[in-house]
Amino acid sequence: MFQAIIKRLVGALPALFGVIVVTFILTRALPGDPAAYFAGPAGSQEAIEEVRAKLGLDRSLPEQFVLYLRDLARGDWGYSLTTGQPVLTELAERLPASLELTLVGLVLAVIIAIPLGVLAATRPGSWIDHLCRGITTAGVSLPTFFTGLLLAYVFYFLLGWAPSPLGRLDPYTTAPDFVTGFYLIDSLLAGDGETFVAAASQLALPAITLALFVLAPLARMTRASMLGVLSADFIRTARASGLHPFKVLFTYAFRNALLPVLTTLGMVFSFLLGSNVLVEKVFAWPGIGSFAIEALVASDYAPVQGFVLAMALLYVLLNLLIDVAYGLVDPRARLEA
Amino acid sequence: MSPTGKTLLEVDRLAVEFRTRSGTVRALEDVSLALAEGETVGLVGESGSGKSVLSFAAMGIQDPAARITAGSLRFAGQDLLAGKGAAMKALRGREMAMIFQNPRVALNPIRPVGKQIEDVLARHTDLHPAARRARAVECLAEVRIPDPERRYAAYPFELSGGMCQRVMIAIALACKPRLLIADEPTTGLDVTTQAAIMRLISELSAERRMATLLITHDLGLAREYCDRIAVMHAGHIVEVGPTAGLFAAPRHPYTERLIAATPVGANSLDELAAIDGNLPDLRRDDLPACRFAERCPQRAAVCDAPLALLPAEGSHRVACHLPRKVAHSLERKHVASA
Repeated sequence: MFQAIIKRLVGALPALFGVIVVTFILTRALPGDPAAYFAGPAGSQEAIEEVRAKLGLDRSLPEQFVLYLRDLARGDWGYSLTTGQPVLTELAERLPASLELTLVGLVLAVIIAIPLGVLAATRPGSWIDHLCRGITTAGVSLPTFFTGLLLAYVFYFLLGWAPSPLGRLDPYTTAPDFVTGFYLIDSLLAGDGETFVAAASQLALPAITLALFVLAPLARMTRASMLGVLSADFIRTARASGLHPFKVLFTYAFRNALLPVLTTLGMVFSFLLGSNVLVEKVFAWPGIGSFAIEALVASDYAPVQGFVLAMALLYVLLNLLIDVAYGLVDPRARLEA
Repeated sequence: MSPTGKTLLEVDRLAVEFRTRSGTVRALEDVSLALAEGETVGLVGESGSGKSVLSFAAMGIQDPAARITAGSLRFAGQDLLAGKGAAMKALRGREMAMIFQNPRVALNPIRPVGKQIEDVLARHTDLHPAARRARAVECLAEVRIPDPERRYAAYPFELSGGMCQRVMIAIALACKPRLLIADEPTTGLDVTTQAAIMRLISELSAERRMATLLITHDLGLAREYCDRIAVMHAGHIVEVGPTAGLFAAPRHPYTERLIAATPVGANSLDELAAIDGNLPDLRRDDLPACRFAERCPQRAAVCDAPLALLPAEGSHRVACHLPRKVAHSLERKHVASA
């Protein structure tokens, strides 16, 4: 098993190299000149050239690429020109914010979508089946930035139930001591209930926004998969053996239906990482998505490259995790060394 | 057949209908069949004749669209349809068990086979977990699975089709049922495995004096293993009788043609007679009294009259107004006096 995981990770290296090449070329191909940007609107031609030379942008592209690779190999992801901080430090500081948001959104979606899909499949044509269909249709047709704005408008502006959508904590609360970077967990570890509530209430709206977005594919897949499994031969065998209906539904049907749901889960998690960028912008969430957008606007190459590379690494790890989970459920899919 | 045996399963004038969008399918009508303790009865007929519908109804695992509209089902004198199927629920898997065709897909693909046996034991017995495990291994040994201790942890995909069918038999027999319904148990297995599985079923049935209902479209199989045969056509039982008598002198034209359509020994394909026509559409409102009439070469005016299973000879009964005459003078007297 351990060996298989190592093998998978090594197998992902070519893909990662591809990501490095493509982001390098794409960032260079983007319109905008970082040297001109950082020299400022008043910068003379001379000043611009000076900045260009300082950034190493006066060299040929292959030369720049080799230098970039050399730095990466040393663990140096470059500096953000806007903040002056190393990219790696910036990403490490912001990643927990994004992950916390994504994971809470995902867990919320799973908690709602899977029971909904199972109930809809066991009672086709019932009101819960129609509810499931309604929610999934609404979920796929509403873009996240729209649901985000709508939720903020209704629950913050109109009803005043939610705090102002400005980041992870209101200005009067201090962040808990860093342990995991997840405020919910860190505040609990610190035994600070007040901070926990503050963090949770800030998190609620963006997490619900993300959850609504991924609810649809999860619920639909759960329903379809359960329907398929419930008509399988082995379910009939289980019924003929007189097994309790709950046993048939959960141990026999649900565990088998879980396989395509897991695959979908992996896919929607990747969608979430992508759509985070917009949701973070709407809720002023200090995650890596909003960081990347700011860098992109400023033609700040290193953070953009770093962001894409970090995402690619996350994808690789995520896919591995899904494969391992798949193997736990299905003995036929166990990773072979 | 053991004529002295007490009746175990009694199907009496059973009717099952399926409500579908395109009309009501009268899948079973006026079906009566009894199984005595220790007896093996073959239920034969072409696909769609209602063999499986009958067995699923007997087990109470019919499709949600199916409705039992008339008749009764009794097991050892107990009404199976009583209390919204509560009676059936108590017996299913314990007193009456069923095995299916295509064993590879009829087992849970992601659960070790031993665990699947344990699930049944957990449901129907008070054994504690360790005893349950031991009993599950024992069940595997009883169906002659070599190295049962190791096979306990195997998944269905790691076993051959024949092994999977043995596992399914082990699941069915785990609680020592008094009735086994085998629905085409050898379909999807290769010929040598078929023989081994059939031998196993008949040995176990004999050992435990277990009544066995063998559903098959393979007449050769039915002839070899069954005490009695019931022939189904389009939701009716058209003929039922002791195996030897039924094969020697089939009374119903459908049975006769079914036998003629079965390859025996060195028959060449040309000698096999296909049965003309198809099963009638069971959604029709104008189904004839004899559902075979429209395919029958000897149809006559009398065939439109109401029909029931009538004694032909001894326990041999046939649902036909013009049963095939048997040349034997004694038998003719029998028919006349009946």
